[in-house]
Amino acid sequence: MKRWLPYPAIGLTLILLWLLLTESTSVAAVLLGTALACAGCGALALVRFPRTRLRRLASVPGLLRDVVVEVFRSNNAVARIILRPSRAQARRSGFVRIPLDMRSPHGLAALTCILTATPGTVWVDYDSSDGTMLLHVLDLIDEDAWVRIVKDRWERRLMDIFE
Amino acid sequence: MTHAADVPLWAAVPVAFLLLIGAGLALAGSIGLVTLRSFYDRMHAPTLGTTLGIGSILVASMLYFSILQTRFVLHEILIAAFMVVTTPVTLMLLARAALYRDEREGNPDAPPRRPTPVQD
Repeated sequence: MKRWLPYPAIGLTLILLWLLLTESTSVAAVLLGTALACAGCGALALVRFPRTRLRRLASVPGLLRDVVVEVFRSNNAVARIILRPSRAQARRSGFVRIPLDMRSPHGLAALTCILTATPGTVWVDYDSSDGTMLLHVLDLIDEDAWVRIVKDRWERRLMDIFE
Repeated sequence: MTHAADVPLWAAVPVAFLLLIGAGLALAGSIGLVTLRSFYDRMHAPTLGTTLGIGSILVASMLYFSILQTRFVLHEILIAAFMVVTTPVTLMLLARAALYRDEREGNPDAPPRRPTPVQD
């Protein structure tokens, strides 16, 4: 089982992606998608992609909803900053170094996607030796507030899912 | 492909609205690329277009083609998924290249140096 199906979740996702791409659920599409998913999982196994167990999938929809809300809010905020250059003097941008407790590579990747998908924050660097990450914030008011936002709003919930 | 005039008004209005929002956000991002001062600030501007900008254009596309072809057209979801996954890669590549250069040249834009770990 483990040998033939090393990554069941990824394999299933690949089949769904293929069906969505071809927009058909015919037998031919399913068979071809399954073959492609097996090839993809085999390639992942060759590079020893780390396996993970997803836990508490029930909290995923709530997390996605919060990400969407945050995307709307921060798009609005960044567009205002760009279109009102007169207030540029008051604004300060800068780097924040945030200590993370999460070590799962999948969770860190998800956190990167979330932080980059919300304009105004860009994940710059991650130091795996002490688990700190460097974040660049466009409208930096309070460093500690950003540490709290990242840790409480995103990291804790991603750790529930990935660790 | 059928013509745009076949789309009923109740669908054409939201499609046009979403397209305008998406295009407006992409324009705002482009303006930001020109007007913001430091490189790290300019890095944030195009993310307007790659998040909500592309999102609203994709929703408009799904709505438009679903109504024209009277079936659900959903493969725009894939574009959104791939955008979300690939944008961080580009941004990190750019940001880390700039960071490396700034640290080497001692530019004031670079973040404060890490406290060096205590050697035992």
